Amino acid sequence: MKKRIATFIIVVLVAVGIMAWSTPGLLKSVRLGLDLKGGFEILYEATPLEKGQAVTQESLTRTAQSLEKRANALGTSEPEVTTEGTNRIRVKIAGVTNEAEVREKMKEPASLTFRSAYGCKAPAENAQPKDKYCKVELVGSDFVENGASVGYDQLNRPVIDIKVKDKKKFAEVTKRLVGQNLAIFLDDTMLSDPTVQSELTDGKAQITGNYTLDEAKQLSDTINLGALPLKLTEKYSQSVGATLGKQSLEKTLQAGIIASIVILIFMIAMYRLPGVIASFGLIVHTWLLILVFVWANFTLTLPGIAAFILGVGMAVDANIITNERIREEIRNGRSVMSAVKAGNKSSLRTILDSNITTIIVGTVMYAFGQGSVKGFALILIIEIVLSILTNVYFTHYLLSLLVKAGLLKKTKQFGVKESEINAL
Amino acid sequence: MHFKKEFNFVKMSKTAFIFSIVLTIAGIISLAAFGLNYSVDFRAGSNVDVKLSKNVTIAEVQPLLDEMGIGKDASITPGDKRMNIRFTTELSSNQADQLKTEIQKLDKTASFEINTVDPEMAKELGRNAIYSVLLSCIGIIIYVSIRFEWRFAVAAIIALLHDAFIVVAIFSIFRLEVSQTFIVAVLTIIGYSINDTIVIFDRIRENMRFGKQKTREDLTNLLNHSVNQMLMRSLYTAFTVFIAAFFLFLFAGESIKMFSLAMCIGLVFGAYSSIFIASPLWLFLKFKQKPKGKAVKPSKA
Repeated sequence: MKKRIATFIIVVLVAVGIMAWSTPGLLKSVRLGLDLKGGFEILYEATPLEKGQAVTQESLTRTAQSLEKRANALGTSEPEVTTEGTNRIRVKIAGVTNEAEVREKMKEPASLTFRSAYGCKAPAENAQPKDKYCKVELVGSDFVENGASVGYDQLNRPVIDIKVKDKKKFAEVTKRLVGQNLAIFLDDTMLSDPTVQSELTDGKAQITGNYTLDEAKQLSDTINLGALPLKLTEKYSQSVGATLGKQSLEKTLQAGIIASIVILIFMIAMYRLPGVIASFGLIVHTWLLILVFVWANFTLTLPGIAAFILGVGMAVDANIITNERIREEIRNGRSVMSAVKAGNKSSLRTILDSNITTIIVGTVMYAFGQGSVKGFALILIIEIVLSILTNVYFTHYLLSLLVKAGLLKKTKQFGVKESEINAL
Repeated sequence: MHFKKEFNFVKMSKTAFIFSIVLTIAGIISLAAFGLNYSVDFRAGSNVDVKLSKNVTIAEVQPLLDEMGIGKDASITPGDKRMNIRFTTELSSNQADQLKTEIQKLDKTASFEINTVDPEMAKELGRNAIYSVLLSCIGIIIYVSIRFEWRFAVAAIIALLHDAFIVVAIFSIFRLEVSQTFIVAVLTIIGYSINDTIVIFDRIRENMRFGKQKTREDLTNLLNHSVNQMLMRSLYTAFTVFIAAFFLFLFAGESIKMFSLAMCIGLVFGAYSSIFIASPLWLFLKFKQKPKGKAVKPSKA
């Protein structure tokens, strides 16, 4: 008997110890979503650069990677770039001060093209370079990604070296254009229009101009960042100011803490000592949830916190079902010991059936939802699984320990009056 | 708390059915006549939420918007130290920037939340939500039919669709704003509603094992007894989840206020429908089976 009390105390103390020790660190490492710390989110739809091409999973992934690099190069912290479905990319960047600049660069990828006047109508006087060179010979995706680098020409002036993927194609283009100009454009700006001296077979080209070293570096960076395999259009955007995000976080946390306290008080008032155990289970449940968050590196968003708090409310259900069942068994004339045993056993089936149906709904939400719906569903599912672990197995275990130890033997401790018990 | 007296829920459910039907019809009329008050999540355009350190009036902001040439498309709703401006057209990121700068001239500490949605995206959001509900229903029907029987599944589905629809109806009648989080709320309500219903059905299933119910009266008594046994649990659970949603509604951030409100309404109806809609419906379906006698298998469903 004493052994069980000791086990109970050890289990509780160890759990409290671990939670008290780890919680401050855990709370700090929870990654906050941009709606809680400010930042912006953009959903892009990707289309092929050239008509007739398809958006492949590979090109989508490569575009996402380039976007991430681009975001990193712009000095943002922890950009989150994910692909969605077959042709979407979601970009989340938190804590940005120069939002406009970042967004502009992200949105309008610099696209490098080589153009010629091959087969064009004779240009009018004073025609813009982009009108003069009407034929696009090579596009961004023809160049080796990250292939641009700064080099020097014979006069030690900085130049930008670029590499072409398909040497044959480049050879064909240069052969055809010998003696003519091959203009290099970044978007609609002409960088230079050197004359093709001879056929180039090594797939290498050089952009010359009177660049300073810094300018050349910047240009090569832009070209590298600009070599996106796909064209992007903004479909959805959300931008949250840092103060607004912080306020939302504080208010929602405050709401959560108040609600949790009320729920715990309610449980203890209703179910006495078993209520205390249930409350303890709920606290362990919340701690585990935070732990999963940190370990899996999930991002906590506002709907996420809502799911979190709601889940606590629903986790209480498991405890209520168990305790009501135990009360019922006691009223039917069972001894406390056998009532707890029977109550734990039959409530388990009820809880499993009802929670599995909720998991079904959660899974569908996760599969079909986007953005915040997905996050919400994920938390809901994790919470239900954790709730079964803590509020069913763990609390049932603690309760049986106490009963077996003889600390819980009066029906009054379960809130059942003697007069309510039906003699069999 | 423990009620000595048993309530006759089957009898009460007649009133409940009338109430639910009236509310459903009112909802259909309201939806047909006025539709829903969609937020920018569902309509093309931009939504700007501004947190301010002082109150700014429409008269101060409107000229700024007019000057930028976006005044016509904007509707401004001032609040306590905050302001909401909704544009029926999409703001470009330059316009958004300009707007920020202009408003910051009025209040230096202004903090913004700007949402922009493409109409195509919005339609897709709505479509996905409806798919989610239908697919969830199929999943639930399969699971409940395996674990229980098809009558429970049908009754539970009707109850959960009832709950989801009532929330949509109330949002339509009171012109409350429907955003993307509203979809999440409705889906959660469905999850909660089914959870609540299954707990009661589980008890009915359990009680049915103990005795043979020969007459309609036996079945009615069985149902009443089962619901009464689970009554305190239903009330307590609804109360605790309601507490959570209610405090979120009272204190949480602006963007999940409507979510919490939808949850609060849905929870009340979820608890109500388990007792007054789902359970009596199951009884009704069970009555249809009974006269054939227990020798006949209920195969032709």
